[in-house]
Amino acid sequence: MSSDAATPAATSAPVPRQKSTGLHKGDIRPGVEKVDPIVIADGVTRTFGGLTAVDVDHLEIPRNAITALIGPNGAGKTTLFNLLTGFDKPDKGSWTFEGRSLSGIPAFKVSQRGQVRTFQLTKSLGLLTVLENMKLGAKHQRGESFWAGLFPFLWRKQEEEFEAKALELLARFKLDTKKDDFAASLSGGQRKLLEMARALMSDPTLVMLDEPMAGVNPALTQSLLEHILDLKDQGMTVLFVEHDMHMVRHIADWVVVMAEGKVVAEGPPDSVMKDPAVIDAYLGAHQDVDLGVVTGRIAGEVPSEAAEALAADIEQEQAADAAAFENRKAGE
Amino acid sequence: MDWLTIFGNTASSLISPATLGYALAAIGLAVHFGFAGLLNMGIAAYMAIGAYGYAISILTFGLPWWAGVLIAMACSVLFSLVLGIPTLRLRGDYLAIVTIAAAEIVRLLFLSTTFDEYTGSADGLSGYHASFRESNPLPEGTYGFGPWEYTANGWWVRIVGILLVALALLIVWAIMRSPWGRVLRGIREDEDAVRSLGKNVFSYKMQALILGGVFGSLGGIVYALPSSVNPGVYVTSLTFFVWTALLLGGAATIFGPVLGAVLYWVVQTLLSNILPALVTAGILPFMSTSQAQTLRFILVGVALMLLVIFRPQGILGNKKELTFVK
Ligand SMILES: Nc1ncnc2c1ncn2[C@@H]1O[C@H](COP(=O)(O)OP(=O)(O)OP(=O)(O)O)[C@@H](O)[C@H]1O
Ligand SMILES: [Mg+2]
Repeated sequence: MSSDAATPAATSAPVPRQKSTGLHKGDIRPGVEKVDPIVIADGVTRTFGGLTAVDVDHLEIPRNAITALIGPNGAGKTTLFNLLTGFDKPDKGSWTFEGRSLSGIPAFKVSQRGQVRTFQLTKSLGLLTVLENMKLGAKHQRGESFWAGLFPFLWRKQEEEFEAKALELLARFKLDTKKDDFAASLSGGQRKLLEMARALMSDPTLVMLDEPMAGVNPALTQSLLEHILDLKDQGMTVLFVEHDMHMVRHIADWVVVMAEGKVVAEGPPDSVMKDPAVIDAYLGAHQDVDLGVVTGRIAGEVPSEAAEALAADIEQEQAADAAAFENRKAGE
Repeated sequence: MDWLTIFGNTASSLISPATLGYALAAIGLAVHFGFAGLLNMGIAAYMAIGAYGYAISILTFGLPWWAGVLIAMACSVLFSLVLGIPTLRLRGDYLAIVTIAAAEIVRLLFLSTTFDEYTGSADGLSGYHASFRESNPLPEGTYGFGPWEYTANGWWVRIVGILLVALALLIVWAIMRSPWGRVLRGIREDEDAVRSLGKNVFSYKMQALILGGVFGSLGGIVYALPSSVNPGVYVTSLTFFVWTALLLGGAATIFGPVLGAVLYWVVQTLLSNILPALVTAGILPFMSTSQAQTLRFILVGVALMLLVIFRPQGILGNKKELTFVK
């Protein structure tokens, strides 16, 4: 982390912000109740043949906070995303979004209610231009009904508003120079960015990002982290899947750990990452913290020195963040 | 060889009712396939429904011709609903199989003797022209010049056909540049992405199926307008001919279907005139005149293959798009 702060950040120094705390009620354990949950899932299971991909007893996602969903490959994170957004049907279970049941609601209605997702395998619309991709994301478009569509004077003004908004977002995501290119001509990372920007066109309440930073270069990751933090400032809730522990530690207010379909741990990032079960099941005992790469996994007991090293590292990082935060406060 | 007749016929086919009918059907197919990505292999059924709907309304129910047009359009909407509700959730290639089967069912229903009273079964329908010709504003006589000399009735059919083609083009042009068209093109690229943005994908696909289907039925009417409804026309090869016209011009373009239909018929007419003439003149000594007629379909097939291999975006298609064809 320390190296990160020194290198590409010279241009846009990442300013650590205060994490949201006090999100939960009572003791921290998997499935703990939240003070103000936006999503509550109960007994959601999904099996593929004999394989139980998701088996979540109880899960609450705190409102206006950034929640990270982590876990090993095949833990069921994407499947859970699919279930919550109506792209897949569970075997059983129910869940609510902002107090209203979402079980059995088709995907497009879920999105209309303000719960918008991105995909792990990016879905850019190749033969639409970048700007068209963006404008497609906007909600309540008059011109999207057939009869109104035939008469441009009915929707032209709204279209201009969407265009202005799209250009603003594209500039933020450094895609403004590409606006007239086909999305198919973008690089993999640029498509991730486009997908995320497109999701934001609808002013969602809950943004669900499936590995948003996979394949995005470090400098841009830095500025995107800022954008995600901004989303929180604007009152949105973010739920994201990410393997980059850096990013998780840096921006998440809450971390949910899944393994083999179950929620095995949750809590604020610093404490979750010290949890031996998490280190064992996911992070790996010899995790190279700075690269966020899991380099190995040792069966059985977690060697205590590895865990301690990790814990020390985390503390150091936290101290640095806190200091920077204080500095910024002092500067204001 | 009578070059004058050969070229006269060829030039005349530029605005023949068959060309205009194909153009309308190809515009419908462009909405289905080019813009919405729906692999409709049953466009012949829409044309059949148009033609039969029109003729039956007039012959059986004694309605005026314009009411026949409206009823034919309504029937095509109904067919789209019946076809679309169970199948639009299917993946693209399954839709192709289902539509081809549905088109055969429709054709066989019209052909079956069960409804002979209404459909004329194998004989088809004819003699429904009175109402249409009555409404002809042109006085009796022959108009035009050179190869484009037709009777008042001949012109009336062509004028109505051209107006319908123009109207269809206008609608497709207007709607495809609107946000509605944008959603449709988005669905063509990736349904799930569009779904995740809060659009009712099923409803849009249904609307596209209906819109294209209405154009297809109008194509069937224009095709049958000057003469008769012949059940032998609405076979699966008609679907492929319309597809040829569409791919020739460019599937995801506004004018491509019209250009494709015109080219298709011009080439067809040229070949059907020139090949037998070549045989008669002894230039193609190894075949008979009837074999020469078959040869033109072989040539059309070869042309379609070459086209799809070397210019899949069609004549009017954007070359840039081709770079990204998966
Ligand atoms: N459509 C499917 N059919 C069969 N099995 C599936 C299907 N989708 C997911 N699975 C299985 O469910 C399990 C969970 O998959 P999922 O994609 O949710 O993992 P993930 O946590 O997102 O992993 P990653 O971090 O690699 O993206 C995996 O074992 C996978 O093989
Ligand atoms: Mg995944």
